Amino acid sequence: MAILLDKSTRLIVQGLTGKEGTFHAKQAAAYGTTVVGGVTPGKGGTTHEGWPVFNTVAEAVKATGANTSVIFVPAAFGADAVMEAADAELRLVVCITEGIPTLDMMRAFTYLKDTPTRVIGPNCPGAISPGKAKAGIIPGHICREGRIGIVSKSGTLTYEAIHQLTQLGMGQSSCVGIGGDPLIGTSFVDVLTLFADDPETDAVVMIGEIGGTAEEEAAHYIQKSFRKPVVGFIAGQTAPPGRRMGHAGAIIAGGKGTAAEKMAALTAAGVTVVKSPADIGTAVKSLL
Amino acid sequence: MKIHEYQAKHILATYGVPVPQGEAVFAAADARAVAERLGGGTVVVKAQIHAGGRGKGGGVKLASNPGDADTLANQIYGMTLVTHQTGPEGRTVSRLLIEQGLPIARELYLGIVIDRAAGRPVIMASQDGGMEIEAVAEKTPERIFKEYVNPATGLIPFQTRKLAFALGLEGDQIGRFGKMVTSLYNAFLGTDASLLEINPLIVTKTGDLFALDAKMTFDDSALGRHPELKELRDLEEEDPLEVEASKFSLNYIRLEGTIGCMVNGAGLAMATMDIIKLAGGSPANFLDVGGGANKEQIRNAFKILMSDKNVRAVLINIFGGILRCDILAAGVIAAVQELGVRVPIVIRMEGTNVEEGKRLLAESGLNFATANSMGEAARQVVDLAG
Repeated sequence: MAILLDKSTRLIVQGLTGKEGTFHAKQAAAYGTTVVGGVTPGKGGTTHEGWPVFNTVAEAVKATGANTSVIFVPAAFGADAVMEAADAELRLVVCITEGIPTLDMMRAFTYLKDTPTRVIGPNCPGAISPGKAKAGIIPGHICREGRIGIVSKSGTLTYEAIHQLTQLGMGQSSCVGIGGDPLIGTSFVDVLTLFADDPETDAVVMIGEIGGTAEEEAAHYIQKSFRKPVVGFIAGQTAPPGRRMGHAGAIIAGGKGTAAEKMAALTAAGVTVVKSPADIGTAVKSLL
Repeated sequence: MKIHEYQAKHILATYGVPVPQGEAVFAAADARAVAERLGGGTVVVKAQIHAGGRGKGGGVKLASNPGDADTLANQIYGMTLVTHQTGPEGRTVSRLLIEQGLPIARELYLGIVIDRAAGRPVIMASQDGGMEIEAVAEKTPERIFKEYVNPATGLIPFQTRKLAFALGLEGDQIGRFGKMVTSLYNAFLGTDASLLEINPLIVTKTGDLFALDAKMTFDDSALGRHPELKELRDLEEEDPLEVEASKFSLNYIRLEGTIGCMVNGAGLAMATMDIIKLAGGSPANFLDVGGGANKEQIRNAFKILMSDKNVRAVLINIFGGILRCDILAAGVIAAVQELGVRVPIVIRMEGTNVEEGKRLLAESGLNFATANSMGEAARQVVDLAG
């Protein structure tokens, strides 16, 4: 099972011929993901590293039966790429690209409302179902197959959590980086809902950060309907207000979006909230 | 990116938003001439800094004639203005806006932001203009009226009418308000703003509407397609080290503490600050060197960290995914040798090629402390910083 990605995943890479696209396509294939081709407008009909390249996502889908895409195009073309993937009715689109203007994504998500496509990101590390498939940049070698789900706004902090779990002998069912932008396609609640129905996931690690209210919405959902144990960590407990902490969405604005509020909401919802990022792994272990 | 009030008003005027007549001056001596050009009557002398609360801090004064304007401009120009948003050190005023005085009948509030949960712009309006909107939202949220704009249709006239009636506007004011809000919304979209705030939006005694103050913040990710907006950046409003770091595309924010941090990834960088605090220390900065950091980038990062004289020890926390630990280690060794770094350095790295990285550090002959976990690294660096 796992969520989002498994052995039925047929992946295309939008921006395959670029440096990042090439590197991560190879990494995904080496991990055992079925990578079926790539899209680079103007390079259709060629092959790249053995994969067929198409001019449009629609052509790629028709020729390869792709159902998932991962996007590595420059920020100025990011929203366009997301919408093209949705137009081709891919079931899952993982957008790694960082720095897409917020208004571009706002329009893209408005367009997406009428399509069956789920977008993860943008500005995210993507997802991995250990031992099955990956779409994105999470290093496969730090993961191990198992029964803990991870959902996180961060990239390297996710790797940190994966590493701690793996070191303690706990593998992961699926790890999903949802991204740190103000507008994202898949929320904490969306991923938690998938983990709730996944028989291969026993417990979940949720890593949030300052800014917005997504963690509070997750707390509300967990309290109401999530029955598996959750360990939570919120980054930015020491972040100054009004400053953008690296991620476009990581900002305490008008006194709202602080780590303290989010930790309190999650604690009230029954989540085991750790103050130190070093304690994520041991907290999961103690819950099982 | 933030801009000054006078710059925001200039932009808004090009979109058809009514703003008071005025001019910015960069020297106190120029204030009198502007006041005379504005008709010789009452003018307002307004300090231009990137922070709210200027009036309460003494940075906004009413002058009844050009002579008065000259006196007040000399008082305000060069002063250190302290407001609730500047911190105790305040900001030095080096730009003034000299503006016509208007007879105010009512002060309203109008703001536009992207609502993250709804995924669309929201226009907020309130009768409580001139007050801090956060305080209104906290105490009397029912006094803030909201209209969400569907990106597919854009702002619809009925939405501006709903707001106008909720604000108690009447007669010709309804139409004027609709036109003004539409212009503001167009300005918001046209500049890729992340915040547009008019506080107060005034109704004059003759029933005219003006943006008496204006605050705009732009989406940094969209500045690439707005070269004209990039020009408006005022480097004097930013920390010099942050300006320097931005030249190297380093995500750096200066803080008050003594432990310099170098981390890859924004989330891990915040978490590193948090764990330093938990260990009893205090971080000197937030620094994300990015996923693809190379030798040059690490050297630049060290330069910035070492320019902060408060730094007594450095913690490097890297989780190598794409970034290989051996490359990082080589970069750190080169930077430390080249720059002659003297403060103690604790390195915690994990991930790709970590063994090779540790070997390089051990064989370098330099005095690095290495740690095997984030918790251990934080305790070590706090000890070393004293």
